[in-house]
Amino acid sequence: MDIEQIWFALVAFFFIGYFVLDGFDFGVGMALPLLGRDDTDRRVMINTIGPVWDLNETWVIVAGAVLFAAFPEWYASLFSGFYLPLLLILLALILRGVSFEYRHQRREPQWAARFDLMIIIGSFLPAFLWGVAFANIVRGVPMDADHQVSISLFGLLNPYGLLGGITLVLLCLVHGMIFIALKTEGEIRARARAMILRFMLPTIAVAATFLFWTVLMHIQVPHLVWIIALAGLAAASLIAAGLLSLRGREGFAFTAMALTIAAAVATLFVSLFPNVMPSTTTPAGTLTIVNASSSEYTLGVMLWVALITTPLVIGYQAWTYWVFRRRLSRDHIPAAAH
Amino acid sequence: MEEFFDPLALARWQFGLTTLYHFIFVPLTIGMALMAAIMQTAWYRTKDVKYLRLTRLFGKIFLINFAMGVVTGIVQEFQFGMNWSEYSRFVGDVFGAPLAIEGLAAFFLEATFIGLWIFGWDKLPRLAHLLSIWMVFFASAMSAYFILAANAFMQNPVGYTMNAERGRAELTSLWEVLSNPVVLAAFPHTILAAIMFAATVMIAVAAWHLRRNQHIETMRTALKAGLWTNVLAFMGVGLSGDQLSLAMVDAQPMKMAAAEGLYETTNAASFSIFTLGTPDGASELFSIRIPHLLSLLSTHTMNGEVEGINNLQAQYVSQFGPGDYSPIIWITYWAFRWMIGLGVFSALVSLVMLWMTRAKAPQRSALVQDRLWRVLIWTAPLPMVASLVGWLFTEMGRQPWIVFGLMKTEAAVSPNVAGWQVALSLAAFTAIYGSLAVVEFKLIRKAAQEGPPEISQGEDDNAEPDSLAIVY
Repeated sequence: MDIEQIWFALVAFFFIGYFVLDGFDFGVGMALPLLGRDDTDRRVMINTIGPVWDLNETWVIVAGAVLFAAFPEWYASLFSGFYLPLLLILLALILRGVSFEYRHQRREPQWAARFDLMIIIGSFLPAFLWGVAFANIVRGVPMDADHQVSISLFGLLNPYGLLGGITLVLLCLVHGMIFIALKTEGEIRARARAMILRFMLPTIAVAATFLFWTVLMHIQVPHLVWIIALAGLAAASLIAAGLLSLRGREGFAFTAMALTIAAAVATLFVSLFPNVMPSTTTPAGTLTIVNASSSEYTLGVMLWVALITTPLVIGYQAWTYWVFRRRLSRDHIPAAAH
Repeated sequence: MEEFFDPLALARWQFGLTTLYHFIFVPLTIGMALMAAIMQTAWYRTKDVKYLRLTRLFGKIFLINFAMGVVTGIVQEFQFGMNWSEYSRFVGDVFGAPLAIEGLAAFFLEATFIGLWIFGWDKLPRLAHLLSIWMVFFASAMSAYFILAANAFMQNPVGYTMNAERGRAELTSLWEVLSNPVVLAAFPHTILAAIMFAATVMIAVAAWHLRRNQHIETMRTALKAGLWTNVLAFMGVGLSGDQLSLAMVDAQPMKMAAAEGLYETTNAASFSIFTLGTPDGASELFSIRIPHLLSLLSTHTMNGEVEGINNLQAQYVSQFGPGDYSPIIWITYWAFRWMIGLGVFSALVSLVMLWMTRAKAPQRSALVQDRLWRVLIWTAPLPMVASLVGWLFTEMGRQPWIVFGLMKTEAAVSPNVAGWQVALSLAAFTAIYGSLAVVEFKLIRKAAQEGPPEISQGEDDNAEPDSLAIVY
């Protein structure tokens, strides 16, 4: 295996980590109006992700930095080419992040309601726009021989891009509601379980269509069998997550849902390979793992860094989830804290 | 449209604005983490509840501030690719490495242990909980090191080779990039300045309560700790600043010449504290000068030669071709003075107050005492402003280069991002950052004025485990 291939897999790994972990944060945010009847409900929900949303969000910073270090051309073309969607993602993440800290600082209902709205929008927009962005990376964008992307925001909202966005929103929403069911007890948990089942069939239908479309787009790719296998795994584990939710096995349902998102994102990365960003205008514009990558030395020395740090990262993050394993309920929310 | 919005100018304004804004919160995060860690350690060792109350108070201020540092930091990383794609293509092979290490080794650590510290009061054993806040400080300091190493490459490129075929700089030695003389001096300089800012905030909070005669014993402790920290940190800032000057003269003599507005190469160069003259500094009407000081700063000898702007300009033209190789002189000149002046003034205020609040200090009239407290409250932002002005000096002083000697700023901007898009993002960031700054300031002031929570001795052990676990 070439070192460029290893780094392609590592970039995929960090983006998968981001979507699996921040995915349920987005879902919890989007579920606030669906599951929260009052402020106490919403506080329970937000506190389920309280200790972890920040480290989950850190995955996108690391994914971006790893992309920059390993494939600078890819990073440069993608980030400048998708300027407006990334701007919207940044603004949404800013508003969402500060809202977690700010919403409980004052007791007036309007104060909390304003920040709840920002959490909802700030969770929906990034999920939707990352879905749109990754679908368009796979689909290919107009890119000249100097790898300069030229596409408008509306150009990105083509049918496949839109479907990618809706798919990721629904996957995150279900993922978040399963997380709430897993981490709470009492009424909120019951409401979450009912709502998961209502969203399950539409989610399966949308995700299956998107995955099937992705497979059809790559019917002539030599490693098609891998794409089909991963898309099939994503679909199967999504159905399994639905069935497990139906039977109230929340821990397994959450695992299956994490696997769904991981396999779906992996499907997109494997569809890309060995390109990283295909050009729809000229073959010379297409970025591949070879012409987008850093030098052998950089990839080599950074591989050591990644191999040493990543197991530690996984270890202490898993430990954090263990420390905060207890379920929350309305009884835990102090009446007049702060 | 295209002519109306200049993408390069707008992208520079946006980078400057978002970076300076980010750097209001980062120093406070780094410094407050250290303050909270020291207070909690004191509590762990002495079991004196006043230290726990201070830990809680400054931990809360730290927390309000922290979210802002995180979310504005994502903007910083994305911006390289979004607005400076040609820069990213040119240096990504070198510059991306410290950024990725920062994420893998520092950001993850910081984000994980911050959650453990905030939510873990009743879930972790005391020692593990104490170590969490130290991990947060350690990780944030480490992240500062790597990002400063990346910045140092822009000031003083080392450890790379030019690949003509791919038209980019490539890394040849990660070690050289990480041990760049510029980062070795810039790291202590930046970190200690951050600690100064946290110290003055702590002093201001203590002064606010002491002025109202509340929480007296607890706040006297905070005041003393803050004053000593500010004075000691300032000494480190000065020493490392001196080292940074030497490294700068070595790598970027133009920046030092621009810091003084020194046009002709001079032996025994003096340092002007204040100058009146034409805005570009080419001629002066009046100035107050300290003889030999510029030579001393630049070379550590009384009569060392300091290169002037005109000589360097001629040298760079022959080396790099025609062009203007000097930064905007009035900005570098005044930024350098304000940075030093504000830092010195902040430390002097603390030093004087240490004397005024000594144990044997005579009784003062209520009016004088009131004035003293107010001075301490209003001088709190000085180290922060000094840090911001320092960054302005460092980054503006590097112009016209984005990477000194290798790439000019004008060649680094994204060619495919239209001016109106940058205008839009600049307007959006300005609006959101502006309104968040107001909310942020009010929340921090409110938390500071509410003061430390009442905790009586002995009640500190997992008194209200559930309410402690619910933070949001």
